[in-house]
Amino acid sequence: MESDLLFLMKRIRFVEQEIARRYGENEMRCPTHLSIGQEAVATGVGQALGRCDMAVSGHRAHAHYLGKGGDLNAMIAELYGKASGCSRGKGGSMHLIDEAAGFMGSTAIVGGTIPIGVGLALGMKTKKTDQIACIFLGDAAVETGVFYESVNFAALKKLPVLFICENNLYSVYTPIAARQPAGRRIHEMVSGLGIPASCHDGNDAQATYDVVSEAAKTIRRGDGPRFIEFMTYRWLEHCGPSFDNDIGYRTEEEFLEWKARDPVQMLESKLRQAGTIDGAWVDEMNNRIKEEVEAAFRAGRLAPFPAANEAYTDLFLEA
Amino acid sequence: MAEMTFAQAINDALHVALATDQDVITYGLGTGDPKEIFGTTKGLREKFGDDRVFDMPTSENAMTGIGIGAALYGLRPVLSHQRLDFALLSLDQIINNAAKWHFMFGGQRSVPITIRMIIGRGWGQGPTHSQNLQAIFAHVPGLKVVMPSSAADAKGLLLSAIFDPNPVIFLEHRWLHNLKGDVPPGDYRLPLGKCNVMAEGGDATIVASSLMTVEARHALSYLSSYGIFCDLIDLRTVSPIDWNTIRRSVSKTGRLLVVDSGTATGSIAGEIIARVSQDCWSELRAAPVRLAMPDFPEATSPALTEHYHVRAEHIAASIAKLTGHQIDCEELASQRVNPHDVPGAWFTGPF
Repeated sequence: MESDLLFLMKRIRFVEQEIARRYGENEMRCPTHLSIGQEAVATGVGQALGRCDMAVSGHRAHAHYLGKGGDLNAMIAELYGKASGCSRGKGGSMHLIDEAAGFMGSTAIVGGTIPIGVGLALGMKTKKTDQIACIFLGDAAVETGVFYESVNFAALKKLPVLFICENNLYSVYTPIAARQPAGRRIHEMVSGLGIPASCHDGNDAQATYDVVSEAAKTIRRGDGPRFIEFMTYRWLEHCGPSFDNDIGYRTEEEFLEWKARDPVQMLESKLRQAGTIDGAWVDEMNNRIKEEVEAAFRAGRLAPFPAANEAYTDLFLEA
Repeated sequence: MAEMTFAQAINDALHVALATDQDVITYGLGTGDPKEIFGTTKGLREKFGDDRVFDMPTSENAMTGIGIGAALYGLRPVLSHQRLDFALLSLDQIINNAAKWHFMFGGQRSVPITIRMIIGRGWGQGPTHSQNLQAIFAHVPGLKVVMPSSAADAKGLLLSAIFDPNPVIFLEHRWLHNLKGDVPPGDYRLPLGKCNVMAEGGDATIVASSLMTVEARHALSYLSSYGIFCDLIDLRTVSPIDWNTIRRSVSKTGRLLVVDSGTATGSIAGEIIARVSQDCWSELRAAPVRLAMPDFPEATSPALTEHYHVRAEHIAASIAKLTGHQIDCEELASQRVNPHDVPGAWFTGPF
C-alpha cells in the first residue's frame, strides 16, 4: 500500500516535470498550474476514495485528476489541444474531466466547483447511494462567498461531502497573511460552521491516506460532511514551468525548508529504511513511469488537432 | 382544457413534472412557505416530500451551483427566484458553469437545470425588484431563455424547459401571474426555440414577448378598428430566437416593430432589428422600430413611473406611424381603468 502511494506520487511528479520541461516548446498552449510539491494530498485522497466516489477540483488539478485515476493520455492530449484530449481540446489544463474515474470536472474560477461538489452529494443523498463527493479546494477558496454558502448547505442537509483544503500559503503571489486575519486557522473556522474539521501534514502521503480513509468511513455511514485541511507547498511559480522565488513574494529559504520535506523523497526514504523497497524497486518504478509518461507525451504531440469547425459544436445537447 | 391563471399553470406544470419523473426536484426561497411563491409551488411539498421540494438558505450562488452539481449527477432541478434581481448573485454559477459545462468538457455532460426568475413591476418595486435582464442571459451562449406570455404557454414551455437537457432561464412576469386562459391537461409541452404567430395581417410585423405581447394584443385589437392588421409574433423563447418565422413575416409585411420589456440599449429588440436589417434589407419598406424601456432604472414613486413603460397606446401609435395612418391613441389609453402601477384590480401589493 505505501509503495503504491510512492509509485503514484512519483508518477504525478514525473508528469509535472515533463510538462515543465516541454512547456517552452510552446506546443502546450494553455495556462498550466503545476502541482510539484503537493503530490501527497492528491495521492492519499485518491487512494482512500473508491472509484465510484466523485471528485471536483480547481485550476491546479493535474494531481487530483491523476490521483483519482484519470486517464493520463487524455490529460496530456488535452494540454496539447488535441481531439483525443479529455475535453476534446475545449478545456485545456484547467478543465479536466474523466467521469469513468469519478473525476467530474475541474474549472478555472476559484471556488467555482465547491457548490458543484455539494450538488453531486445532494444527488447521492437523494438517490440514497453510499458514494462520497470530494471537493478539492485551496486556502484562497475559503475566502469566496460561495464557500460559506456551500458549507452551510452541506452541513444543513448532512450531505456526503469531503472537503479537502490544500493550504499552500499563497494565492498566486499573495501570502495568506494579506488575505486572512492573523491567528485564523481555516479548519477551526469551518468547525465553527458546523462541520467536523481537522488539520494535518499535507506532505505525508501515508498520514493523508489514513485520515481521509477514516473520514470517508464516517461520511459513508451518513454522519454528514467532513473538512480536512492539509498544510503543503507549491514549489513552482503559480502558473507556468519555472521557479519564481526570486521575484520577491516569498523567500528562497522558505522554499528550501519545504523542499527539505519533499513528500516523494520523505516516503521513499522511509520505505527504504523500513526495507519495504530497495534501490532496484525504485529504478524499476522510475523506468516504468518514464516509459508511460514519455509515451503519453509522444501520443499527445502526434495526435491530430480537432477540425476547426469543432469550435462550433457542443453548445447544447440535442433534446 | 381547463381555465386557470398563469400562476396556476406554472403550479400545474411543476406538479406534472414532479409526478412524471422521480429525478425532478424543486427548491428556492419561499418554496414550501405559506405563500408558496405566489401560489406557483402550492401543494408540491405535501405531495412530493421534503427531499424533492424544499426551501433553501439565502445563498443564491451556491444553490445554483448545487443545482448544477445535482443536474450533473442526474437530477433535474428547478430553482425558483421570487425576483430576477436576486438571481444576479448567481451569475458566476450560471455563466461560468451552467452555460459552459457541456461545451468546455467537449460535450460529455449537459446540465438539465431550470431557473425560474420572476420579473417585478409597479407598486414601487423600484430599481432592484423590477429588472428585465433577459438580454444579459440571452447574450451568453449555452443558455436558453424563455419568456411566456400566456397561461397555456407558461405550462407548455416550463415542462419543455424542465425536460430539456440544457440549462434554461425561465422568466415569468409578475403581472402575468393572474392572467387567465385555457390550459391543456397533463404533460403538455411546447418546443423551445419556436415562436408563436398569434395574429396575421399584412400591414406590419410586431415582435414581442412576455407582458409586451399582452400590450401588443390590446394594440392590435384597437388597430383593427382602423382597418390596420399586423402579424403578431410572440417570441416564447428569446434565446434561441426563431429567426425563420420572423424573416418570413417581415418579407411579407416589409415593416417591423419590436417591443421589449427591457431597457433599449443592448436589448433583444436591438438584436432582432440588427439581424432583420442584415437579412431582409431589400424587403424592408421602412426603417424598423424598437419600443423598449428608457436606459434608466425603474424608479419607485408612482409619480416617476407614469410614463416609464411601453403600453398598448405606444404600440398602436408606432404602428400607425410605421404604416402611414393617422389614429387617435388617447382613446385606447382611456380604456384602462386601473392605476398605471398595477396590472389589475387583483393586485394590491406588496409585491
